[in-house]
Amino acid sequence: MNAPTYNFAYLDEQTKRMIRRAILKAIAIPGYQVPFASREMPMPYGWGTGGVQVTAAILGPDDVLKVIDQGSDDTTNAISIRKFFGKTAGVATTTSTTDATVIQTRHRIPEASLHAGQVLVYQVPIPEPLRFLEPRETETRRMHALAEYGLMHVKLYEDIARFGHIATAYAYPVKVNARYVMDPSPTPKFDNPKMDNCAALQLFGAGREKRIYAIPPYTTVVSLDFEDHPFTRYRFNAPCALCGADDSYLDEIVTDDKGGRMFVCSDTDFCEQRQAAGHHGTESAAPHKEKAHV
Amino acid sequence: MSELSSLDNDQPLLVAEGLAKNYGRLAACRDVSFALYPGEVLAIVGESGSGKSTLLQLLSAQLAPSAGHVAYRMRDGVLRDLAELGEAERRFLFRTDWGFVHQDPAQGLRMGVSAGANVGERLMAVGWNHYGRIRDTASTWLERVEIDVGRIDDAPKTYSGGMRQRLQIARNLVTEPRLVFMDEPTGGLDVSVQARLLDLMRNLVSELGLAAIVVTHDLAVARLLSHRVMVMKGGRVIETGLTDQVLDDPREPYTQLLVSSILPP
Repeated sequence: MNAPTYNFAYLDEQTKRMIRRAILKAIAIPGYQVPFASREMPMPYGWGTGGVQVTAAILGPDDVLKVIDQGSDDTTNAISIRKFFGKTAGVATTTSTTDATVIQTRHRIPEASLHAGQVLVYQVPIPEPLRFLEPRETETRRMHALAEYGLMHVKLYEDIARFGHIATAYAYPVKVNARYVMDPSPTPKFDNPKMDNCAALQLFGAGREKRIYAIPPYTTVVSLDFEDHPFTRYRFNAPCALCGADDSYLDEIVTDDKGGRMFVCSDTDFCEQRQAAGHHGTESAAPHKEKAHV
Repeated sequence: MSELSSLDNDQPLLVAEGLAKNYGRLAACRDVSFALYPGEVLAIVGESGSGKSTLLQLLSAQLAPSAGHVAYRMRDGVLRDLAELGEAERRFLFRTDWGFVHQDPAQGLRMGVSAGANVGERLMAVGWNHYGRIRDTASTWLERVEIDVGRIDDAPKTYSGGMRQRLQIARNLVTEPRLVFMDEPTGGLDVSVQARLLDLMRNLVSELGLAAIVVTHDLAVARLLSHRVMVMKGGRVIETGLTDQVLDDPREPYTQLLVSSILPP
């Protein structure tokens, strides 16, 4: 059986042109959701069709690609997308954050700080931050156009009224360049401060919703909050069981059915680099007593 | 400065001139002109289909008139044609200087979010950014409209009809508007709840010095709330005057019919 031959990076050149135009517009208007003619991709919606199209449009033969899924380089989604571009574009792939030029991510920003020249591509399920408060798309677009964002604070108000603090832990709304309110995709709010004044270009692709938006390098990104309930990061108050890191975002892993659990870095590359550098955690280390705000 | 200092109750707040609205061949509303002064409550009465609600939508700039125009005196004292305001200005006006009380509270409230957030939404929309202060103001307003403050975190979908209507009023008045539009505010409520709501509205209107335009088919509402009455029939204003005068001594046969169709107490 002959393997079908694909155009470089799967998409045809006209489609890539169309997506690049949307990307350029998105960069010109930070945080604004640009509609684009999203294509069917050889994967189901929800598996990163938006991110894959953005990556396909910006990828060049010299690029080095890294794909992470919830911080991890070795989950199904990350591996299949990495292999997809390895096959259709023949680009070099890596798991190292610093070596990569293009990083496609699902729901995390790497721990290692990004440098100029890198592009971070987010997979976005729901690009509209106002969606669950105002179901009419015509209305939310008008609200964006007129910068009417009182409604976004209604959500935060509801959180405090119900839980006593802003309980939104992921997809935490941000204001980009003091103009557009944006959904940073379901990244934990721990990652929000990394978006502010970031040296890398950040692109967001939502395939099913047909939207692309962007944060250009060195743009101010502010997490919304109240004066008396300021934005706080959250992480499990424990060291990583593998590398002992005390400042990285942790995954909780259930190890048995007797309440046993361990906390490990969600960013596998960061964790491995630290272990290679001689840092070790103790798998039996009990988590610190959990605190709501760190 | 003399221009500004003359901003008092002698100048009209809202002026309508020759307003008309056609839906194809149907003239829903024709040649309506009047002026509303600060602190004045105007009732628009008439039977179903007489053009009351169309007129209210024209006045509140939700519909574009087929002819005529509406002018509103902004807070800086300048009378401006509503059709010439940009959309952003119009929407800003709508959520700060105006209120709109719908007949069906579900249209004016966010049924799924708490009462406190419903009242606080307008404040947050104009830039309030302090949770404690927003909540305090919301509590104060719930008290003023006689809703138990203990229910501040309950969503209006758990409220009774009368409570929802009172919550809607609180939500509209929290930014201290100067003009409130009301579309059948007591419709669908039972008589005792109506009485309580009317009493509340009358007090609030006089305390805050609000101007209001109330659309109603219930002459009792007009008599209790309003200073002036406009009677509409077939899209035209057929009679207008002081409330007591129109209701006690109607001139037009149609108004006489309306007044005589109320059951004597």
